[in-house]
Amino acid sequence: MASAPPTARLVDDGPPVRPYLSVRALTEPALVRWSLITLCGLFLGLFVALPVISVFGQAFSKGVGKYIEAITKPETLAAIRLTLLVAIIVVPLNTAFGIAASWLLTKYRFAGKSLLLALIDLPFSVSPVTSGLIFVLLFGGRSSLGGWLGAHDVSVIFAIPGIVLATTFVTFPFVVREVLPIMQAGGSDEEEAALTLGAGGWRIFFQVTLPKVKWGVLYGVILCNARTMGEFGAVSIVSGHIRGLTNTMPLQVEILYNEFDFVGAFAVASLLALLGLATLVGKKIIERRVTGRA
Amino acid sequence: MATATPRSTSLKGWRPSVLPGFGTTLGFTVAYLSLVVLIPLAGLVLKTAGLSFAEFWATISHDKALYAYRLSFGGAFVAATVNAVFGLMLAWVLSRYKFPGRALLDALVDLPLALPTAVAGIALTAIYARTGVLGGPLEALGIKVAFAPTGVIVAMIFVGIPFAVRTIQPVLMEIDPQVEEAAAVLGATRWQTFTRVLLPAVLPPLCTGFALAFARALGEYGSIVFISGNIPKRTEIVPLLIANKLEQYDYQGATALALVMLAGSFVLLFTINALQAWSRARGRHG
Amino acid sequence: MDVEVSHLTKRFTLKGSPAVFDASFVAPSGKVTALLGPSGSGKTTVLRCIAGLEPVSEGRILLGSDDVTQIPVDKRGIGFVFQAFALFDLMTVRKNVGFGLEIRGTAAADVRARVDELLGLVQIGELSERFPDQLSGSQKQRVGFARALAPRPKVLLLDEPFGQLDSRVRVELRDFLRGLHQATHLTTILVTHDQDEAMEMADQIVVMHQGRVHQTGTPREIYDAPRTPFVAGFVGGANVLAGRVSRGRATLGSLSVAAPADLPEGTAIRAIVRPHDVKIARAVPGSSVALATITRLFTVGPTAKLQLTLPSGDVIAVELPRTQLDAMAIVQGDLVKVDLEEAKIFRDDYVI
Repeated sequence: MASAPPTARLVDDGPPVRPYLSVRALTEPALVRWSLITLCGLFLGLFVALPVISVFGQAFSKGVGKYIEAITKPETLAAIRLTLLVAIIVVPLNTAFGIAASWLLTKYRFAGKSLLLALIDLPFSVSPVTSGLIFVLLFGGRSSLGGWLGAHDVSVIFAIPGIVLATTFVTFPFVVREVLPIMQAGGSDEEEAALTLGAGGWRIFFQVTLPKVKWGVLYGVILCNARTMGEFGAVSIVSGHIRGLTNTMPLQVEILYNEFDFVGAFAVASLLALLGLATLVGKKIIERRVTGRA
Repeated sequence: MATATPRSTSLKGWRPSVLPGFGTTLGFTVAYLSLVVLIPLAGLVLKTAGLSFAEFWATISHDKALYAYRLSFGGAFVAATVNAVFGLMLAWVLSRYKFPGRALLDALVDLPLALPTAVAGIALTAIYARTGVLGGPLEALGIKVAFAPTGVIVAMIFVGIPFAVRTIQPVLMEIDPQVEEAAAVLGATRWQTFTRVLLPAVLPPLCTGFALAFARALGEYGSIVFISGNIPKRTEIVPLLIANKLEQYDYQGATALALVMLAGSFVLLFTINALQAWSRARGRHG
Repeated sequence: MDVEVSHLTKRFTLKGSPAVFDASFVAPSGKVTALLGPSGSGKTTVLRCIAGLEPVSEGRILLGSDDVTQIPVDKRGIGFVFQAFALFDLMTVRKNVGFGLEIRGTAAADVRARVDELLGLVQIGELSERFPDQLSGSQKQRVGFARALAPRPKVLLLDEPFGQLDSRVRVELRDFLRGLHQATHLTTILVTHDQDEAMEMADQIVVMHQGRVHQTGTPREIYDAPRTPFVAGFVGGANVLAGRVSRGRATLGSLSVAAPADLPEGTAIRAIVRPHDVKIARAVPGSSVALATITRLFTVGPTAKLQLTLPSGDVIAVELPRTQLDAMAIVQGDLVKVDLEEAKIFRDDYVI
């Protein structure tokens, strides 16, 4: 049997490397392989590719002119502005938290670490609606805190601060989850070495730790940002849907859709879809950088 | 941070670590978490305390609520099962085969994570509505997807895809190829190797992936509310009921339902952590 | 049964040199054959081709009189022991060893009996319910042997089975392997880069280098009559000196040694000199003979090892019994006379 290796094995006496495309009994028969590949392709094509394509299809279904008109409407522009504003506040805050929490969990020994970890994972296991509900209960007009704030003319719910808070809650795990494993893998040796050489805490952090985790931070930032700009459920609860004022882009999509302005809804959705695709590209770039270096 | 050593606690000689910054980072983290998580959560429980038990029970056992539980939990179960099966298939195909379009497939797996849920919601609705590209033919066959429970499950599958695949994939890639060779040399057919050697090894991450997809589907809101049509007693999910109650200012009712969801989430969270610990312990078995 | 490898060539890339080229040898029935060579020599590839873990590019593999080249690995009836053990982590020792029998549908009682028999043979009976992560390296490899032998293979292939173990354990297991072979009388092919291991354990050695077989023979033949410079240098340690044939002798700088009669005058040659074939003597003051300097001198047990720098600039290694060294009373830095007792002479353009 002649072998036509599509892969080049550079080391001769080393252990074998996948894929075994040419050895029977070490891989599935070709029919099985191609059936599996086709099945997977159909699955993802149906569930993922098709929706994304249809967003753009629907957005441009009445022509480019209508598309531009839809995304430049004043309400839409206001929604875009609000979305960006929320992102600029939430992402840096959660990044700072993420790094601090990772540092805390990596460099120190103390009781309650697993509790802290569970709490950090909490937003992932709570429905976004519940998250929004929590903040409405806390700061809404009927609660004591809300009443007190209202008396001082500070509104949280149905206003921008509420949106910021709810979004922060929902997205704060992202940076931690990316940075923590990297910090843990890096160990504390270098930081301790710097300590013996006389460096102070902040210096150790910026010159020793941060460079090691910077790709993890970037990765977490990208994911956090995608979720921040795209969050729907939690924001929907706390925002009050006040047009032009407390509508983020996802909420604007809902409003337009419910008014049967499909082109408008899909137009705004297409912008968010572009954000999603850009996030994916960013992810891939970082992954390639990191594994290329490793 | 002027000192090189942190404050020591009352336990003599015990230091959390030699590295500075313990006090500061602990303080910041605790304060942040309190503000963002603990206090709001406490508020939730306190609010429910405002309900008598009878009222609480009436709310959570109301007809509409029961249907919603069935759809939310039942649908999530079905979706998670589909995701577990296809997740294993995808993880296998992506990590072992080379074929044109592999990179594209890999990227598509991550898309549900990056795409805002509302976008997915209207897109899925457009596709599966009677006027949609798939909805039309399917309804001709008698299968109604949009504005029916099936649509809810489709949306739940969508959001769970990356969770299943990315949990199984790393473990699959770590399996030593020589172990498969050993099985082959000993005479095992490919199917025997798969069922006796490989499947046991990926069982923990498979279960974890199932649980993660389940949790995700349970809490999902944005992509479901569009395709479901929110028909009472048919396609309402629990998060929607909560949102409805809030709109009617029935805060206590909303809280009661949210607590049911929260209880479910905590059970899931606990299960997931246990499964992950199982995975890690297995990993140590060599 | 015999194992025959016939003109085996294996390519992993379409361009560039093949991993194995035109390798042929016979591993005689019931004997231990060692495939010996440095990393990258292709020995593991040959073994994997025999097992069927790699498809061959050209050539044939025969087990007994059967051409198994096209037969898939799970049907060849071969036992294989891996360097990194490759045990099934999620199964107990008992299940690991019984795996080959269970998948054939052997009756449970028979499986149990055979597993017990093998666990006794490899002396780990008391570990049958343990998991691989609870075993030491040496124990793991014993399980590896038991597992490979359980289905009664016709041939046993070993891929550097002791490579992952410390040297002390390695020596113990060499005895173990010898004992195992005596008990089973299986045709065994062993891949190793350790020549001590090969010399000690094999009935026949196949020396490989850069994908080709350089020589096949008994350990003595390989050592006493190396057929290529590589074999001469790889097995037994050697010094390599360049020179020419002059008046019937090989002239290597300031030294000379007997040369084969059939080499024409002036032929460029290479001489392989074993460290213990170099004789040294105290330098006689005033002598006109060119002398060498001792640049290093140390003793290992009963042997003295020296490094000499010749007048030509070449550095050679010398070995002699310590008693001789003491009798000569020489130390590092001294000048000594050098004589070559014996050398293996190869023409400089020798190609296989």
